[in-house]
Parts: sequence; structure tokens; C-alpha cells
Amino acid sequence: MRPVAIVGVGQTPVREHWDAGLRELAVQAVWQALDESGRTSVDVFYVGNMLSGTLTGQEHLATLIAEYAGLAGVEAVKAEAACGSGAAAFRQAMLAVASGAAEVALAVGVEKLTETSTHKTTDGLASAADADYETAMGISFVALNALLMRRYMHEYGYRKADFAAFVEVAHRNAVHNPNAMFRHPVTREQYERAKIVADPVNLLDSSPIADGASAVVLTSLERVKEFPTVPVWVAACEVSTDTIALDNRENPLWLKAAEQSVRKALKNSGLTHRDIQLFELHDAFSIMSALSLEGSGFAEKGEAVKLADEGYFAIDGTLPISTFGGLKARGHPVGATGLYQIVEATLQLRGEAPHSIQIPDARTAMAQNIGGSGATIITTILTKERL
Amino acid sequence: MMGIPGNWRLRKQRYQLAGTRCRDCGTIHFPPRQVCPRCKNRHLSDFKLSGKGTVYSYTTIYQTTPKFQFFVPYVVALIDLEEGPRITAQLTDVDPEAVTIGMPVEMVLRKISEQGERGLIHYGYKFRPRLR
Repeated sequence: MRPVAIVGVGQTPVREHWDAGLRELAVQAVWQALDESGRTSVDVFYVGNMLSGTLTGQEHLATLIAEYAGLAGVEAVKAEAACGSGAAAFRQAMLAVASGAAEVALAVGVEKLTETSTHKTTDGLASAADADYETAMGISFVALNALLMRRYMHEYGYRKADFAAFVEVAHRNAVHNPNAMFRHPVTREQYERAKIVADPVNLLDSSPIADGASAVVLTSLERVKEFPTVPVWVAACEVSTDTIALDNRENPLWLKAAEQSVRKALKNSGLTHRDIQLFELHDAFSIMSALSLEGSGFAEKGEAVKLADEGYFAIDGTLPISTFGGLKARGHPVGATGLYQIVEATLQLRGEAPHSIQIPDARTAMAQNIGGSGATIITTILTKERL
Repeated sequence: MMGIPGNWRLRKQRYQLAGTRCRDCGTIHFPPRQVCPRCKNRHLSDFKLSGKGTVYSYTTIYQTTPKFQFFVPYVVALIDLEEGPRITAQLTDVDPEAVTIGMPVEMVLRKISEQGERGLIHYGYKFRPRLR
């Protein structure tokens, strides 16, 4: 497989975009990325999206977006892996270039969650779980995370308030990200007073429903010199899966797909945990941050919440997470999220992050996108220098 | 949203907790499977679960979709069944405040949801504190 580099990125602000639909959002991100890369065409075009059919009645999405981007004729297909759709599209684009099938590939993630009632969106998001045996029983996506959080607190002896650090970190970082949805800090007192959605998960544990699009242009080592941008290298992008239903996992608190995808990614890149300087993790809910850090090997079982409380994951901590605000505060336009994470990690490695959230001398970054309650996990490692 | 044929298809699971048992390694599964996830054996027999178990984790739901609005606040739990499988189900006949991890529960047949005033009513398993 050939080395692959990111040579263009684009992103819309994460907002409730009442004046823009799927095509307008996606085209905006696509052309930001193309403009950066100095190109007006690509060989392959992948779209990451979860709910276009369910919420807006629009499938056949990649062809639609390619056409409205002025790229009609290009090979275009949608990748879907629930909230992991963005990174799933990225991996397809990476494979297309790595294999030699394409020289220039584009991946765009897009999601439009605010065009319908909150109930319909909530139902749509729950379709990431097992429809016959989880959602049919009245479980929402929040509730699945609540089941995990309750068990985690039970096994490791935490109180609800102990999770505040994850929320504080994300919101503190988002203040400096102009594309973030919530650019305001959250205090511990606000966290402890927040409205319960599904006990023990409250509103501030949960990432917001939002619209947005994010895109990258990828090319091969052979072509990289033709591009005006400083390349960022894809050292690894690996996917693992687990059972779709939470209840079928031997230990629901252990994200086996995180463990496996991280192991593969580190092995393929020849890197170790110590090399990772920042981690864009999938903090859709506070508990998911803890489980992701533990499953990925950055914290011992039951230790992630304690480390968070000690400042370990703050922007000036040992392993900064959610440096642009994460899903929690940047926002979580589900099928676009994986590509937001990759765009943000790219900006960090280019040294182009806003000053207050720039990780000094960032050379190696990890991004992890999670579909469902841990059923699909995609771990990407990006580097400043080619390994 | 599931229609009549979908509910008919799932009747044995919903009303009788019908799962499968691997004829090779003996693992019991719910929902029923075609391939044993433990040993990849495809020779499985039907196996009806007893419906007795204990609460592994639970949550009280305060915000939900119209289909379940009638029940709010309601408790959903992960339940470790005696035969091995863990199952996701609502708890019923219980004060949400009284639920604890490890609480013994048993299956009962109840209304799960309804599709509006004139729509289908879905019945299936819920679990209550164990009486028997």
C-alpha cells in the first residue's frame, strides 16, 4: 500500500443550519477542501452520512452531492456506519489512494439533524442500535449510554459529579474554535444541576443534535508535491467491529473494537501510545470518553475518570483530548463527526489550530470515531512527517 | 416503524423468550442465532429461556419518543438471564427508586408500545421484581 497524505481540509461551522440542506452544507466543505488543495476535480468521492434517508427522505446521497459540487461524472458512493460514517468514508478514500486505484480522493461527511422534530431525530439516532431487540424495548441512544454509565459507577465506585471533568475540558477548548456549536465554558455546578435525560446521563453529558459538513482531499506520495498545502500523513486508519447490541457483549464496559482498532493502527504505523500527543476521541457522552480512553489503552480500567479529574486530558495535560471541543461542545453532526475529528487533527499537525488550543510541536495525533454503543470503531493516526 | 408482519415474525422471541442453544459448545443465545458467536458452529437448536435473571444495569428514562411517552418515567435494564444471555428490557411493577443492580427479576408479558390511538399495540417481555 502506498503512503497517503491529506492535502486539503474543509469544514462548515457546526450549527442549526436552518438555511442549508445536506447538499449546501456538503458542497461548502467540499470546495473549501478543494480550494486548499488547488484542485477542481477528484478521482473518487466518498460521502459519510447516517440519516439522510431517515430524516430527509434523501438516499443516493453521494451522487446528489457530487453533482451539486460540480463534479458530476465522478465515482461517488455513501459510506454508512452510524455515528462512525465519517471515518468510514475517510477510510474508503484512503484505501482508494493507497491501493493505487485513485490518485486524488475526497471524503466528505455531512449530516442534517435539525430539519425534523427532535423525536424523529432521536428515533433515527437510536437506529444505530439493534432495532428488534434494543430500540423496540423503548431504549434511546442516551439510555444505552446511561446503562453503561450506571454500571461503570457501580463497578469502580464513582459518583455522578466525578464525570464533570470531561465536560469542562471539551467546553473550555471549544471557546477557541470558531466552528464549535457551544463556545462557552461549563462549570461543575452547572453540570451537577443539569436536567436528567436518562438517569444518570444528563443534558451536559450529551453531545448536541447539530448540522454540519467536513471534508478532506487525499493524495499519494507520488503526487503530493503537486499540491500547495503542507501534507499531513495518514499513518494508519483501522476499523474493528463488536456486537451491535450492548447486551451481547461479555463486558459492556470494555470497548473491544477500540482495543483492536488501536492495536492494529499502532502496529501498522510502528508507533506506541507514548507517541500520541493528542486524541480526538468520540465524546458523544461522558461515559464514552472514559470507555474509549480505557479500551484504547490510554488509561487502566476504571481509571479514566480519575485521570480526567486530575487534569490529565486538559489542553495542557499529558494527553489532550477533544482539542477543538469534541462532540460535546464542537457538536455532533453524526455522519460528519469522524471527518471533523480528522480535519481538527490535521490542523493541529499543521500548526494551524487557534493559538490557545494549539498543541505545541504536534507531530502525531489520533482520532477515534465510534458507531453505535461501540459496535464500529475507527481509529486513525495522522503524522506531520511521513513515517 | 415496524408493521404487522414484523411483529408476527418476532412473536416467539417477544412472547416466549425463544432463543437458541449451540449443539457443539452448549452456549445459549438470545436473540436466536444461525451461527454460534463462540464456536462458529451452525447446528443450533431452539431453546426457551426461563425468564429469570438479575439486573446488570438500569436507567430511568425521562425523555422519550411518542411511542413510549405513555410510560414515562420508565426503567430499562440490562438483565443477566440465569441461562447466560444478557437481555435489554423494560422493568415493570416497580418503583424506579427501588431498582438496584443485582435485583432478581422475572419475565412477564406486557404492552410494550403502541402506534398511536388507532395503530398496532405491541406486546412482549418486560421484567418485574421476582415473586416466584
